[in-house]
Amino acid sequence: MRILIIEDDREAASYLVKAFREAGHVADHAADGLDGYAMAEAGDYDVLVVDRMLPKLDGLSLIRSLREQKVETPVLILSALGQVDDRVKGLRAGGDDYLPKPYAFSELLARVEVLARRRTSAPSAEPTVYRIADLELDRLSHRVTRAGQEIVLQPREFRLLEYLMKNANQVVTRTMLLEHVWDYHFDPQTNVIDVHVSRLRAKIDKGFDKPLIHTIRGAGYMVRVGTEGDEE
Amino acid sequence: MNAPMSGPMTALGKLVRTTAFKLTFAYLFIFTVFAFVGLGYVAWNAQRLLTEQFIATIESEIDSLSTQYRFGGLRRLVNSVERRSRAPGALLYLVTTETGERIAGNVGALPPEVLGRTGQFETLYNRTDETGTRPDAAIVRVYLLPGGFRLLVGRDIEERRRLQEIIRRAFGYSLLFIGVLGCLGGWFITRRVLKRVDDMTDITRHIMAGDLGGRLKVAGTGDELDRLAQNLNAMLDRIGELMRGMQEVSDNIAHDLKTPLTRLRNKADEALRTARTSDELKAALEGTIEESDNLIRIFNALLMIARLEAGNARENLADFDAAEAVRDVAELYEALAEEAGVGLEVSVEDSLPVHGSRELLGQAMANLLDNALKYGASPEASARTIAVSARRLDGEVQVVVADRGPGIPETERGRVLERFVRLETARSRPGFGLGLSLAAAVARLHGGTLRLEDNEPGLRVVLALPLKAVDVPQPTLQSAA
Repeated sequence: MRILIIEDDREAASYLVKAFREAGHVADHAADGLDGYAMAEAGDYDVLVVDRMLPKLDGLSLIRSLREQKVETPVLILSALGQVDDRVKGLRAGGDDYLPKPYAFSELLARVEVLARRRTSAPSAEPTVYRIADLELDRLSHRVTRAGQEIVLQPREFRLLEYLMKNANQVVTRTMLLEHVWDYHFDPQTNVIDVHVSRLRAKIDKGFDKPLIHTIRGAGYMVRVGTEGDEE
Repeated sequence: MNAPMSGPMTALGKLVRTTAFKLTFAYLFIFTVFAFVGLGYVAWNAQRLLTEQFIATIESEIDSLSTQYRFGGLRRLVNSVERRSRAPGALLYLVTTETGERIAGNVGALPPEVLGRTGQFETLYNRTDETGTRPDAAIVRVYLLPGGFRLLVGRDIEERRRLQEIIRRAFGYSLLFIGVLGCLGGWFITRRVLKRVDDMTDITRHIMAGDLGGRLKVAGTGDELDRLAQNLNAMLDRIGELMRGMQEVSDNIAHDLKTPLTRLRNKADEALRTARTSDELKAALEGTIEESDNLIRIFNALLMIARLEAGNARENLADFDAAEAVRDVAELYEALAEEAGVGLEVSVEDSLPVHGSRELLGQAMANLLDNALKYGASPEASARTIAVSARRLDGEVQVVVADRGPGIPETERGRVLERFVRLETARSRPGFGLGLSLAAAVARLHGGTLRLEDNEPGLRVVLALPLKAVDVPQPTLQSAA
């Protein structure tokens, strides 16, 4: 996955480049808005990570210009500004996701990977049925079955599983779950999300020898086949 | 602080720029225009009336003279004219032949073309008894008699001219009067009104220079300037409050951040000195990361409160249903409560429209529920419930989170809303003492309040938000079933 980091703080940028490379991605860096714009327009990146405040061309203008040029690369906006209203402005400018500073790298990585995946699969190609091993979720009939056996879920549990399965094999953080399942953007300080996931897990994985919902320590959750890295 | 405008200011320029000067000038201008229009109208009307009267006189005279002519011929006409010409205050008369030779009358010189025309017009003339003097103005009518003779009857309009003169003089006087009055008015305004504005300017300058305790004088007349002064004073009070708040916050931040920072430092230091294996180092590093995450959380919460109090979030407010938001957050916490063995009783009325931020209300609710779960636990198993409700009451939406825990003593209720304030009993539990401050800031942003009440036993937190007025007119009693 190719990531372009447009960030004027050298130290923060080199930390990000290094961390993304360690996670197995290709990461480039642009130090100001104009360089970033040129690289984003010319290069074939999967995700752009754009700081809001940049010299020469600020982040939101950069995104707007790219969108006008029909460059549809997913953009994640990083911002030191508070989260109350800036998220709205950022998304309105054409950003796809928004992360206020300071953030944990695991959170950024999870979000960037989800954005990159979205690029490779067009929304129209989104299947109506998600399948992982013997677990099936039908988005139209709202039915969930495992090994042919129907599992009854509450509407919120259904949305939780739907989001996890949509991003199967990818880390999904607690904040992302709160955002997409409950539509709230604050930091879930207590373990509210964990309780919901463990309830869901009780319904999905209980009585089956291969668990599908895994906890990724220090990051979040992942739906996948296989047990490696699981730390229950 | 008052930077001079571009270029040196002359005394005249300064005068012209004052409000007093502009006001005086404007009044003068307006009054002059009024006087001009008023007097002009009077003059024009008087003139018209006079002229009409003159013409009527002339016409009746011509009528009577032509009757004389008709019954008694030229001789009788001439006699009549001669007699009338001699009477005191006589009109002007002239009888001529067809070729313009004078037969009788009191008009001497006339512009030659006058007798060639018939009808009514204004002309200059001289009486027969005052030849050589300046000609006077008259309004005349020339009448063609049967037989080719011409009869001229006219009236001197010197009188009309005098009236004009009088009006002109009156106009001059009133201009003078208006000028004096205008200047006096301007002086009065400057003295009485602008003096107060100048005083305000002086006092605000003092206040800006650092004396934040200063307040504007309120004259007690209840006029615009009083209202302005009251508002400015209220603004100064609010600024003072914010300044004190800032002071307190920075003191508290310094104090409360010192503790976790010291802990962080000590942990790193200890690991550096004692950790032998890489596992021990890793654990120590994880501990320091956890501590720094907590610090980041504190900073984020503080920043958010500061931004809410500054009112920055106001531009992005929208209408939303508080009922739905409360239900959503209650549902989010329901699982957690059950895990903790606490029952969550939710009772929410349908459709509670509010103008504000669903996101912020959600966060405030989450904080209240967090608190209720953390501190509101009662030891008695039977009372382990938290009641969440939302309903409309007196034009407000009241969101209530009530627990059955130890509650907060009345004397402490105001204090716990402040930043970083934690009760002694809560010190042992995790938390930063920012949750209630944030909820209170959210309430204030919505124009509402956060109240702490006694739940007998327990704590009852009431988050009251103004109900959004529904645009549709209230339906009459026959509401649809």
